[in-house]
Amino acid sequence: MADGSIGLWTVPLAVLGGAIRVSTPFLFVSLGECITERSGRINLGLEGTLVMGAMSAYGISYLSGSPWLGVLAAGITGALLGALHAGICSLPRVNDVAVGIALMLFGTGLAFYLGKPLIEPTAPRLPAIDFGWWSDIPQLRAALRVNVLFLIGVALAPILYWAFRTTRWGLLIRTAGESSDAARAMGHSVLLIRLRATMVGGFLAGIGGSFLSLFYPGSWNEGLSSGQGITAVALVIFARWDPLLCLWASLAFGGAAALGPALQSVGVTSGYHLFNAAPYILTLAIMIITCSPKRTLTGAPAELSITR
Amino acid sequence: MTSEAADSAEAVGTVAPAADPGFLQRHGGTIEYVLIPGAALAGALVVFGIFVMLFGKNPLDLYFYMYYGAFGTWFSWQNTLTRAAPLILTALCTALPAQLGMVIIGGEGALLIGALSATSAALLLQGMPPLVVQIAMVVAGVIGGGLWIMLAGALRQYRGVNETISSLLLVYIALAILNHLVEGMMRDPASLNKPSTREIGAANMIGSIPGTDVHWGLVFGLIAAIAAYILIYHTVFGFAARVAGGNIRAAKIVGLGVSKLILSICFLAGGAAGLAGMVEVAAVQGRTNANLAAGYGFTGILVAFLARQNPLAIIPVAILLGGISASGGLLQRRLGLPDASVLVLQGIIFVFVLASDALYGRIGFLKGKS
Repeated sequence: MADGSIGLWTVPLAVLGGAIRVSTPFLFVSLGECITERSGRINLGLEGTLVMGAMSAYGISYLSGSPWLGVLAAGITGALLGALHAGICSLPRVNDVAVGIALMLFGTGLAFYLGKPLIEPTAPRLPAIDFGWWSDIPQLRAALRVNVLFLIGVALAPILYWAFRTTRWGLLIRTAGESSDAARAMGHSVLLIRLRATMVGGFLAGIGGSFLSLFYPGSWNEGLSSGQGITAVALVIFARWDPLLCLWASLAFGGAAALGPALQSVGVTSGYHLFNAAPYILTLAIMIITCSPKRTLTGAPAELSITR
Repeated sequence: MTSEAADSAEAVGTVAPAADPGFLQRHGGTIEYVLIPGAALAGALVVFGIFVMLFGKNPLDLYFYMYYGAFGTWFSWQNTLTRAAPLILTALCTALPAQLGMVIIGGEGALLIGALSATSAALLLQGMPPLVVQIAMVVAGVIGGGLWIMLAGALRQYRGVNETISSLLLVYIALAILNHLVEGMMRDPASLNKPSTREIGAANMIGSIPGTDVHWGLVFGLIAAIAAYILIYHTVFGFAARVAGGNIRAAKIVGLGVSKLILSICFLAGGAAGLAGMVEVAAVQGRTNANLAAGYGFTGILVAFLARQNPLAIIPVAILLGGISASGGLLQRRLGLPDASVLVLQGIIFVFVLASDALYGRIGFLKGKS
């Protein structure tokens, strides 16, 4: 099974590379969803947002020649979808979980529709920073080719952690999530806070999508995201709505998702599809371990419908 | 309490006062259930018309071809009904757990597992009389799909895992299992380009309803929907389920076995979707391969919501959405719209239907005196 000079070391290296590369969309979607859920609403539609973000980033990057404009477009698209979600949810007696499912289908459908002409052309991609220049091992260098978006995501996690604790905005979002009555009594509009939180969440999820089409795998096709958005939403639940835990969980997920291709590269092909399902199985397993029917999860925003 | 339960409580509220036994008082709720989704559908069609107009197509052409491709000819009717059959069954996968206040969106996964189980049963029983094989396929499909969704129900009941997310994750796991088996253990060596299992055999196919090209799966769907309706609205079991869906604490106080209710309803729901998988194998594909993941499970969610989780209402709604997907081919050929346009329209309809939830009990002339 030894393949190449470093043999089986390929697998852990590829998993490390995957943890860095594959985790970025998970990271952005989960941080975005973290903001939305802390304000007391769940947006299951981020799967659709992710795909729409990927499509619009690729389209704008192709048309304008600038991948960073593509990233911005993906963020704006995501924010608009977030606004749509929040807008419908602010109507009386509308269930946010159901709206999320609807937007998941709508976002994917719209992205496939508008993205039809984008399957052929090649758009300029995001550049990578080479952190592995000191090494002669090609696999290690490949693993350490890091995208700027990943670094932004990693920096964002502690910033959000700090912002939730100490800033006025963080406090407002948490108040809306813990007790809408209290927020209202303080003279704030809960709907407006949630609208903003959902839009910021959508913005981040859209950027996560742009990473998919502009860096890794780095092209646009209809099979680009299969459930990464929904996995990231689940990830927020067992990260206990803590941005720092979201970061670690995303890294673990990226590693799990890279396991299938890594094993394939050393010649283990038999369980390819099963290894590809590793992130979903892992999500389910962790949810089974961490959830409990007896109590609500610690850290769960009290207004969140999905944990009640 | 979900919006569902809130709405049915509301509906009871509009009917119950009976101070003036007028027509609107008695039927206001029912009229609402037809009028509001109908209006939402119309609104979605208008928005979709504007959407295609932005791409330089004539919306009137669009509506004509949609009608023509769905219900214009006997041929298109048959196409529509063939597509409606699995939709009825996958919609039940969402509608049955909804009676308990659960949001299950994993019908696609149960469909795949049902198809896989049914195919395995047929391949194991090769050489037996066709009727025996077919019955075994139905049983295997129902059990396979049923256990799959029951898993989501059990996780919710015993571990507190959110069933919406777990059932969706199970879709991806089911697809991985299907691909794994179809490309490995169960692969027919003769299927080169499209890895598939061996064929179940022409004699074991369930065939068409005499005089039509519509397969018997439609009858399976109709029977399942009617049975589900009777189960939910006319049996003690269904009543208990609705009580538990309305108020789980009250259900526990009066001594209902909530665990048993959740597990059985989830089994039946998954069984319906598993049956859809069996039908797709035994009436359309003749074997299991990745073609089965055609999205019937996801469209079924929309059907269930549009039908307001009522098993009987699912039948016309499934035919309507089957028609929309049947017209997709014609839209592609005549108007040059991408095949994803059906998905866009479904998404718009879904958004409109959910937004229209806000209207219940607010239409003045249906409210009567209060």
